[in-house]
Amino acid sequence: MSETNTQLTLTAKDFKGKVDPDWCPGCGDFGVLSGLQRAVSELGLQPHQILTISGIGCSSNLPGFFKSYGMHTLHGRSLPHASGAKLANHEMTVIATGGDGDGYGIGGNHFTHTSRRNLDILYLVMDNQIYGLTTGQISPTSEVGMKTKSTPHGSVELPINPIANAITSGATWVARGYTGNIKQLVRLIKEGIEHKGFALLDVFSPCVTFNKVNTYQFFKPRVQPLEDIEHDSSDWKQGMEKAMVWGDVIHTGVFFKTNTRLTLEEQEPVLDEGGPLAYREPSLNSEQTERIVSRMM
Amino acid sequence: MSGFDYVISIGGAAGQGIATPGNILARLFARRGIHMYAYNAYQSIIRGGHSFLTVRCSDREVRTHGDSIDLMICLNQDTMDRHLEHLGPGTSVIFNSDTIEPGEAAEGVQLCPMAVGELAGKGANKLMQNTVAIAVACQLIGIEFSALADVLDFQFSGKSEELVAANIEVGNAAYDYSAANFQPASQQAPQPSKPLAVWAGNQAFAMAAASAGVKFYCAYPMSPSTGILHWMAENARELGIMVRQVEDEISVICMTVGASHAGCRSMCATSGGGFALMTEGVGEAGMMEVPIVIVNVQRAGPSTGVPTKTEQGDLWQVLGASQGDFPKLILAPSSPLDAFQTIPEVFNLADKYQLPAIILSDLLISDETSTINPDLLDMHPVIDRGELITEAGEEADNYERYKFTDSGISPRALPGIPGYEHVVASDEQMPNGVLISDEYTHPHKRRAMMEKRQRKMGGLLDDLPPPVIVGDSNAEVTLVGWGSTAGVIQEAIEQLATDGVVANHLHFKWIVPFHADEAVELLSSCKRTILIENNYSGLFHRYMRGETGFTVDGHIRKYDGEPFKPHHIVAAVQKQLGGDETLSVPYEEIIV
Repeated sequence: MSETNTQLTLTAKDFKGKVDPDWCPGCGDFGVLSGLQRAVSELGLQPHQILTISGIGCSSNLPGFFKSYGMHTLHGRSLPHASGAKLANHEMTVIATGGDGDGYGIGGNHFTHTSRRNLDILYLVMDNQIYGLTTGQISPTSEVGMKTKSTPHGSVELPINPIANAITSGATWVARGYTGNIKQLVRLIKEGIEHKGFALLDVFSPCVTFNKVNTYQFFKPRVQPLEDIEHDSSDWKQGMEKAMVWGDVIHTGVFFKTNTRLTLEEQEPVLDEGGPLAYREPSLNSEQTERIVSRMM
Repeated sequence: MSGFDYVISIGGAAGQGIATPGNILARLFARRGIHMYAYNAYQSIIRGGHSFLTVRCSDREVRTHGDSIDLMICLNQDTMDRHLEHLGPGTSVIFNSDTIEPGEAAEGVQLCPMAVGELAGKGANKLMQNTVAIAVACQLIGIEFSALADVLDFQFSGKSEELVAANIEVGNAAYDYSAANFQPASQQAPQPSKPLAVWAGNQAFAMAAASAGVKFYCAYPMSPSTGILHWMAENARELGIMVRQVEDEISVICMTVGASHAGCRSMCATSGGGFALMTEGVGEAGMMEVPIVIVNVQRAGPSTGVPTKTEQGDLWQVLGASQGDFPKLILAPSSPLDAFQTIPEVFNLADKYQLPAIILSDLLISDETSTINPDLLDMHPVIDRGELITEAGEEADNYERYKFTDSGISPRALPGIPGYEHVVASDEQMPNGVLISDEYTHPHKRRAMMEKRQRKMGGLLDDLPPPVIVGDSNAEVTLVGWGSTAGVIQEAIEQLATDGVVANHLHFKWIVPFHADEAVELLSSCKRTILIENNYSGLFHRYMRGETGFTVDGHIRKYDGEPFKPHHIVAAVQKQLGGDETLSVPYEEIIV
């Protein structure tokens, strides 16, 4: 691992990837990408200190547009890859990214279990309530009645509530952002990265091509930052109450956070000393191997 | 064969403590320098059913549980009823006469009834019949009681001193009773020699991985692979290994890929059902060029199948694991020792060629308990991580993760190094890591990347040892096998030799890539070939024929869940040599 304290502070454009985003013009994901670039530069992070790990989908293309170490993995599998990588190198800042279908649909099992595992990871979900890359089908967060190519008569399934799910599954920092409010989004990304533990940041990131319901026009009059109203984010019950609000008002901001739980890394004595596992000497010493063999006698 | 070679079977229901006498015998023999091999036939239940543990002990190394039973210990009536018919002249049967009725024994079978309640007196508990039986067994084969007392002390001292004393007392009484009332066995245990170690097959896989420098191990419990997880979890903190049990095998493989990409040597293990869930991740490791090692401990399939039974049924599953055409390494070790000695090399190859390596074990290897010469347990193998960049150098800011090279191997930079930032993807990409679909899905670039990856297979094949024929090069028949059947084929060849049939042995361990030219040359030199495998349709034969164009003369296959015994192979070979039969399916005598 290299020393970083002598390096210059970077700006958002220093986190530009090797190619420009191929998202549709007007896609909400542009806002998330630039919010992320601003957030990490404002935190003083360097590209090599960050590992950005995504699944598959429009928003999962983000690591290619962002300068850091990156893994663009399988559909729904950003979190287990991120978890393995974090445990192998717990000194890196690990950010998992992806969409609602990737994270709450095909990856739903990992979402629940990663939440309760409480690794120090920020999970940044670009939630557009639609499957975009497959040209428009319902997603786990699509509203009842939504008409898509796979639900021509309207969806009859209840959408899942990622905020409430994360709280009940044990996530220790749970928030929602909106790409139409970049100032708040940058603040939330920074807070999520700095939070020690599993942080879910679900971001409304409208799909301008396939979701004609949950548009900027839909969100603009509805979103209400929790910081503007009375809300105690240390109280999970208040967090759950606010998470269930969906209608004329939809809350953004930090629903719930706690610093009372240790992270998985903190509870693993294997990580106590010796730095990241990835950089440790692989071979066992004679004392260790002699003990193993003596127990077999 | 002369010398000491004695088979003890212990039968009872799950929950009756069959494992304890098995462990006591294993340690007793190992400490005395007697070689031991144990096979347990059981079911997927925690209480009830029928378990039948066969412990073969010998003055030479044995790799099968043998053909016949010399001594049977019945922990319940069911064992007596099921298996008394398998005992012939010169054998003995030990049973608790308080609860078990003897059956109709063949002539020459010594029945050894033990009134456990009377012997144990007030201190009796229901597990004491195990100690009584073991004490009688020791007496019959001439192992002095003090040796048993030492092992009883080792076995029970963790629980309480009272328990140790009670077991030694009842054991002693049983030992004396046996000496006064029963005929000693015709085979007597040899004098003590250099002690041996005891291990379970799965332990060999775990120990090998630890010594190869694995720092990340992840699993979801699945029989018969779970022993690897247990050993890893037990030793994790002492050895500095991150061991996780996670939500499913999809998460297992993805965490393994994530940890390996971040820089740890990483391994996971499962059985066929779990491997099915992992397959998408296998192809991902191939595409991203992330080295991982996966152990698939096969059990009888398809689907949930017979979880506690053995089979070599997953070959085509691992051959075809994941979509697409990508480099991978597949091998099937022939024994726990072979696995132990080969796995560090597998990690080196996976690192060197940056690809997924799949190790096919099976219940037969992974579930066995056996003795091992401790001098062979070298846990300091060569660790070669290949072309790995661990600190910044000349290429900083110009680094290409998938740089074109003649070997196809592109130096791999670990995340965390300034100036080497890159993205690895499950999508096709260009040398610099940019997805080709981000630009144009350019056919020339796609072709170049495909060829770069596949070039690695040439080097890998050159690094693998070619197959060899073991035994008389003029043999009238060559027995061909792969993986776990090596031990039983070897013993069958020895038995055939005593019958005047000269057979030799061609065994395959390295499956992908395959030394096809060398295999054809060897196979063509044989007078007659018979392929032996633990499956229905000759999965390995189909693969080998595809690689070589060579069709063998005959087949011996078994797919009833139980492993081959040497005499199964001997009888089938003789039948095929003497007649028209080309496919033999041996009949299993022991019904469990």
